[in-house]
Amino acid sequence: MAYREIRTTRANNVWGTVKRTFSYIGEHNKWKMIIAIICIILSSLTGVASSYFFTPIINNYIVPYIGEANPDLTGFVWMLVFMGSIYLGGVICTTVYKKLISIISTGMLYDLRKDLFNKMQDLPLSFFDRKPHGQIMAYYTNDIDTMRPMVADAFPTLVNAMTTVIGCFAMMTYLSWKLMLLVLISVGIMVWFTSSVAKSSNKYFALLQKQVSNINGYVEEMFSGQKVIKVFNHEEETLAGFKKYNDELYINSVRTNLVSSMLFPVNANLAYFAYAVVAVAGAKFLIEGNITLGALTSFLLYVRQFTGPVSQLSQQFNGVMMSLAGAERVFGLMDMDPEINEGKVTLCNVLEDKEELIETQNKTHRWAWKMPDRNLVELKGDVRLKDVTFAYNEKKTVLKDVSLYAKPGQKIAFVGSTGAGKTTITNLLNRFYDINEGTITFDGIEIKDIRKEDLRKSIGMVLQDTNLFSGTVMENIRYGRLDATDEECKKAAELCNASSFIERLPEGYNTVLSANGSNLSQGQRQLLNIARCAVADPPVMVLDEATSSIDTHTEKLIEKGMDELMKGRTTFVIAHRLSTVRNANAIIVLEHGEIVERGDHDDLIANKGRYYQLYTGKAELD
Amino acid sequence: MYKLLIKYTKDGWWAAILGPLFVILEVVFDTIIPYLMSLIIDTGITQRGGDIDYIVRVGGMMVVCAILAGITGALSGVFASIASCRFIRNVRTAIMEKIQTYDFRNIEKFPVPTIVMRTTTDMRMLRMAYVSIVRMLVRTPLNIIMSAYMAIKLNKSLAAIFVVVIPVLGTGLALMIILSRPRFIAMMHRFDDLNGQLKENIEDIRVVKSFVREEHEKEKFSLVSWMVTKAQRYAETMVIYDDAFFQFVMYACMIAVCWIGGNHIITGSMTSGAFMSFLAYLKAILMSLMGVSMGIMQVVMANASVSRANEVLSEIPDIDDSNADPELQVENGNIEFRNVSFKYSKHAEKNTLSDININIRSGEVIGILGPTGGGKSTFAQLIDRLYEISEGEILVGGHNIKEYKLHNLREAVSMVLQKNTLFSGTIEENMKWGNPEATHEEAVEACRIAQADDFIMSFPKQYESELGQGGSNVSGGQKQRLCIARALLKKPKIIILDDSTSAVDTDTDHRIQLALKEKLGNMTTIIIAQRVSSVKEANRIIIMNEGKIEDIGSHDELLERNTVYRDLYETQMKGVQE
Repeated sequence: MAYREIRTTRANNVWGTVKRTFSYIGEHNKWKMIIAIICIILSSLTGVASSYFFTPIINNYIVPYIGEANPDLTGFVWMLVFMGSIYLGGVICTTVYKKLISIISTGMLYDLRKDLFNKMQDLPLSFFDRKPHGQIMAYYTNDIDTMRPMVADAFPTLVNAMTTVIGCFAMMTYLSWKLMLLVLISVGIMVWFTSSVAKSSNKYFALLQKQVSNINGYVEEMFSGQKVIKVFNHEEETLAGFKKYNDELYINSVRTNLVSSMLFPVNANLAYFAYAVVAVAGAKFLIEGNITLGALTSFLLYVRQFTGPVSQLSQQFNGVMMSLAGAERVFGLMDMDPEINEGKVTLCNVLEDKEELIETQNKTHRWAWKMPDRNLVELKGDVRLKDVTFAYNEKKTVLKDVSLYAKPGQKIAFVGSTGAGKTTITNLLNRFYDINEGTITFDGIEIKDIRKEDLRKSIGMVLQDTNLFSGTVMENIRYGRLDATDEECKKAAELCNASSFIERLPEGYNTVLSANGSNLSQGQRQLLNIARCAVADPPVMVLDEATSSIDTHTEKLIEKGMDELMKGRTTFVIAHRLSTVRNANAIIVLEHGEIVERGDHDDLIANKGRYYQLYTGKAELD
Repeated sequence: MYKLLIKYTKDGWWAAILGPLFVILEVVFDTIIPYLMSLIIDTGITQRGGDIDYIVRVGGMMVVCAILAGITGALSGVFASIASCRFIRNVRTAIMEKIQTYDFRNIEKFPVPTIVMRTTTDMRMLRMAYVSIVRMLVRTPLNIIMSAYMAIKLNKSLAAIFVVVIPVLGTGLALMIILSRPRFIAMMHRFDDLNGQLKENIEDIRVVKSFVREEHEKEKFSLVSWMVTKAQRYAETMVIYDDAFFQFVMYACMIAVCWIGGNHIITGSMTSGAFMSFLAYLKAILMSLMGVSMGIMQVVMANASVSRANEVLSEIPDIDDSNADPELQVENGNIEFRNVSFKYSKHAEKNTLSDININIRSGEVIGILGPTGGGKSTFAQLIDRLYEISEGEILVGGHNIKEYKLHNLREAVSMVLQKNTLFSGTIEENMKWGNPEATHEEAVEACRIAQADDFIMSFPKQYESELGQGGSNVSGGQKQRLCIARALLKKPKIIILDDSTSAVDTDTDHRIQLALKEKLGNMTTIIIAQRVSSVKEANRIIIMNEGKIEDIGSHDELLERNTVYRDLYETQMKGVQE
């Protein structure tokens, strides 16, 4: 079963990725980061110092006074006050760095999300068509969030661990270098143990990811077909299949966790082991007078202290690995090539003055193409395809040598079975995809010379998938033209007969549509789609199965409005329902990417060819 | 969370018990070590004046304790991971089991990606929380009790410090949880907003691009993204202050212990060895308390996952067949609706279907026509008891459908859904969904009736051809015919075809109907269609509109008296007859 691609869990270019991740801390947060680092170091040093204080306290302020009736404790008190102020400084440093790291890391995620999203908006449509939507979502819901621990947890822990370890060892060496050597031995064992555990868990880790994606795929497929499962009493079998994957995952996740769950207790107790060894040896030194009681107390505290941050660091190993893998995926997306947009010709409104076209900022319902040399060519809506060949991938040609034309104001219809290439043609007109061979011209200008934004503004699309945005009905209509007034939106809704159902909604035009308009019927959503396109008032329109879910009765009602809408505009129509295409100026019948018939309805019926078959239902169409 | 925990630990109980048991041993060994340290200093050095033998003996005990603690600690880790993995495996299975009991209304409630998330990401969170909870419930209290006991044993008056510190820290902790919980919940909501907008953008990318709204979308996204960032910072503030508070208390304790302990040593009421051990226990207690706050955070974060899991687990299907007679089988294809009304939710104002009365005889062919949203599909789905009716009763084979076990009812009433799905696997495997015991010959026979055999045989691997997820390797019309064949393989008493020949050409459609009539004449057939040609030859045609039966009659009758039907017929047939 070919489920989604298995997401890699290991980064390839570790240093490059780390550097790039940290570059997202950004210029404006650079000073915050430097202050944070200083605070982390200071706070760790406070910890190191706190253990050392026992040496002077015991040696200078306690032991000398043992047994005295009236000891002079002012020095002791001052020592404690001194300790207290250092501690307070440490607490402040900790608070400051934690707050700063929180600001820096959340800011970093914000920048990453924003950059990624901005980048994504500029990617070609093929990206969205090829990648499952769940996988694109995962960049944001999973990958970006996994990048945070690298900066927010692992980095401070690293600085803290380094400072603490260096500080502790420096102090231990200072207190007694002989005892320090004993500690080093147990550290060696710890490092060896940790790295061998990490190695063996790596192996299972990759397998684990694969099994998780198996479960993902299975649940996705089964729940998508849950209704069919019900109808066929197939619940038991579905469950049995699920249990198989679930058990596999269970066995392997036990194995993976087994090794890593031993890491923490074993390392913690190795530290105790070192503690015991040092205690015995220290006692011997103490008797021999090689070490003071205070120094031994401090030393023993250090033995426990330095292992803390190190084991914290080792616990973050897997997290960092996941961070890196996530970062690599995110940066991979950021490095993708954006849509090619090399055109220079732009679109503008014009008015005619003494038979000459003049560019204007006003809405005149007349447009012109502005050539790079500032010449204006009136937009008439003459669209021509010449010998167009196109393939989504090398394996399969979707369109072969397609030539056709639409004269200004004409209605051209495409019919044919699924996969014949109808939608593909419309995707080529506005350059969702680029053609491989041939030319497409718009009023004589090759479309690749037109700036993409302007090309797309000139073509209004009403698509079969009734995609609406959350927000009010009004906002959804206005999506077609952001500066449209309420009146203009309402007029557009009236034109395509959407106003009658909108006014019956509880809040009328202010009704908030839930995710993708699920509180409306499919047909109602299609009406809104049409209204959205009407408000945009584009010179050319593409209607791709725009009325497929509107019942025949309603379709009749909106027919007049649609005719009104199409008047004076070149329109390309794809329709399943042949009654919709009957009055087109030309009907183009496509089969396997080639034009097999063309002509108007009467011609084609008279021909008794493919169209006739389709129309009378003798051939399969969907 | 805890309820879930106890319920789904069931078969992992031995690991769930052994894990904490070894934790207890580990803590005991760990606690002994600092005490042995005080023995070395006080007894070994001070009292016996440097008795090396004694020191080595006690030191040896310390080493043994450390090793034992390491082994028991490792074992507790092993059992904890077994228990936690079993736990989430069980929860995952429970979710999947629960989903299988859902009726259509329940299924519609959950979008597919959220179900996927519940079985993977959420489970990972749950596992981590499980480990933390076990640790928090066993290790931390034990550690605190043992260390406190040892500390009291060493010096009662010094241990009085804990009486002050523990309530202070506890209050701080409680305050933090109470204050930050709503903030974290608010943060989760902002994340939901972000994901919602993202999903919309990806799904609607064609609209975005064709209206050149990229910049508009970037602005919108930047705004919700900033809201997330703000919510994150706001939520984390409390945790940061809490950390600082903890550290402050810890340092204050150290100073207090130094002062009080120091005075004790000077006056001779405490030994310096005891003082050292006391410091070790103090640290152990404070660290455990700190661990509690971290563990609680993890549990708070897992709470969202728990409630998502509970949402699935606590969803109650409307349809209950536990009182049905398991022996009762559907005898024939008679269907009767008596005053049936239905609405999708109790709170809906309007009935989706109201006051439906009809009597369908076994073997009849019934066509249903009408506008989208008129209630055609709902009508058909009620026969199979995929939704529970609000009023009235439905009889199949002479019995109220509530008297049958769902399994028996659905075996007899086969349904081809409008939005139908094929699954990954071969054609033959998909066919067997209808009837796992069917022979190859039976499958071929069903495919012949559904007019699918011809194109299947044209595939290189024939019935062994892989369909791909969702049947992506066949065309729409082929898919529909496979779905019909799959439903026929059940040998049902009643078959319902819900717009299931829309992508099939009329000739083939006609051939399917002829074959159905010829081979399976006793089967009641209900055909919902858009095309008049699909239902023209039915015994009776129902015109449904706005949840009501508008008219019933044969093609000729309706053509004569029903204007909607005539209109429809003429629009669809015009041009052909010209």
